[in-house]
Amino acid sequence: MSILDKKISELHQLLHTKELSVTDIVDATFDRIHQVDGKVKAFLTLNEEYSRIKAKQLDEKLVSGADRGLLFGMPIGIKDNIVTKGIRTTCASRILENFEPIYDATVVERLNQADTITIGKLNMDEFAMGSSNENSGFHPTNNPWDLSCVPGGSSGASAASVSAGEVLFSLGSDTGGSIRQPAAFCGVVGLKPTYGLVSRYGLVAFASSLDQIGPVTRNVEDNAYLLQAIAGNDPMDSTSAKVDIPDYLASFTGDVKGLKIAVPKEYLGEGVEPGVKERVMEALKILEGLGATWEEVSLPHSRYALATYYLLSSSEASANLSRFDGVRYGLRSDNSENLIEMYKQSRSEGFGEEVKRRIMLGTFALSSGYYDAYYKKAQKVRTLIKEDFTNIFEKYDVIIGPTTPSASFKCGSMTKDPLTMYMNDILTIPVNLAGVPAISVPCGFSDGLPIGLQIIGKHFDESTIYRVAHAFEQATDHHTEKPKL
Amino acid sequence: MSRISKDQVKHVAHLARLAVTEEEAELLTEQLDKIIGFAEELNELDTDNVEPTTHVLELKNILRKDEVRNSVSVDEAMKNAPSERDGQFKVPNILE
Repeated sequence: MSILDKKISELHQLLHTKELSVTDIVDATFDRIHQVDGKVKAFLTLNEEYSRIKAKQLDEKLVSGADRGLLFGMPIGIKDNIVTKGIRTTCASRILENFEPIYDATVVERLNQADTITIGKLNMDEFAMGSSNENSGFHPTNNPWDLSCVPGGSSGASAASVSAGEVLFSLGSDTGGSIRQPAAFCGVVGLKPTYGLVSRYGLVAFASSLDQIGPVTRNVEDNAYLLQAIAGNDPMDSTSAKVDIPDYLASFTGDVKGLKIAVPKEYLGEGVEPGVKERVMEALKILEGLGATWEEVSLPHSRYALATYYLLSSSEASANLSRFDGVRYGLRSDNSENLIEMYKQSRSEGFGEEVKRRIMLGTFALSSGYYDAYYKKAQKVRTLIKEDFTNIFEKYDVIIGPTTPSASFKCGSMTKDPLTMYMNDILTIPVNLAGVPAISVPCGFSDGLPIGLQIIGKHFDESTIYRVAHAFEQATDHHTEKPKL
Repeated sequence: MSRISKDQVKHVAHLARLAVTEEEAELLTEQLDKIIGFAEELNELDTDNVEPTTHVLELKNILRKDEVRNSVSVDEAMKNAPSERDGQFKVPNILE
């Protein structure tokens, strides 16, 4: 067993007994990256020299007996829409190809305080717009389980790098499913926290009312470790919630007796593949065996979530992405004589097709004469979708269903029609609209590709999600399966 | 009937500060029409008495004391500037 297959708690034990050094862990990490990343193509930027220096510094701290952070010595990969001071941050866009942030995102600052090592920056769909990583402005990332398949998106490389054993864990961001869908496709654990639990300061904004940063890991316990390090109020993000952060690791009681599970019929209906349904039904049986009960319920407005999401997220994106104007940072086109032309040329040369399409849709939905019909209408439907969840959580502890309607698909098979690609996110999007937390955990395979089980919780009740996910993980061995690379 | 015309697409592109070729405008007209058509399924729902959700959590204005704090230096702020002169961002002509 490679040291990279171990859990954080196991690695910490080995560091404590001096059987392992931080340098050993970092060396093993880069060995693995150099061995497999040519196939997986998860990284856009590697931070190798710094990582090795930081490892030495942490090893000295280990010897001196100084206080150690919660994630001491643990290598991490960070999605490239989270700013890292002095480390190139591109959002996988040509418009930011040479952008070097002058500050750290709050989550990065907190990780530094927790003594992690930022190994590198991870590929994604450009500005987090996409479900396959094929919208990267640089190159696509491949699924470690089948290199001819997509890893999902937009945090595709956050999931692929963890699945391939290149990093112990990573950070992703989730606006409509961008952590959970790739976690499902790559057979790893991915959590979208409650909106407001994790600071968005330094996350390059896509849709501000939906975006959340979250952890991607190989097991549920590590996921809780990582969330513990990054959660909590931040004065730099005015939408960050002022709530007490519980001890997430204390949620692993293994006890789900009496747990009330709601299973929305819309999540096992038309469009969801048989192989996916079977795995979810098996998972429900396992939880039943552990003492939980489940009932079928309805989220009647979930079928409107996709349209609502595309109107709202594109509208917010069109405003957020107006900052890329070629003036203060980013690409500036040389092919223009006046200011307006410079804006237009820089943006058109720098942004990819999907990003432009969504800016166009959002600008249209917000434009005079259409605002009420599209944007405001979508905001109202968002209220109905949110109420669906509130109603169910009055009677049930968690909602369970599949993360995605199908397993991963072949590269290039969905790029022609934007609407078909959007269908990937029908089971994850309602969660973002309601602002509730949800995790995807591996629950088996369909035709050799991983399937994800989605567990949705109440606002700020990540502890219950972790308790259920952990109990399920303990009762199965899906999380120990690894791709052959 | 199409929901968006090519002229509208060109106008929206101008508002969004995007340069589009004739070809791109045509393709975008077709694609946006399809997406907007799909979005119109929301009209099946009666939302006359529904309040819009702008934010999922109940938040009021967040205020802080107006105190002087450190900010970035001019040198740092200029670090990523595509074009710069004397510590200022340089842009093409604004006035003819």
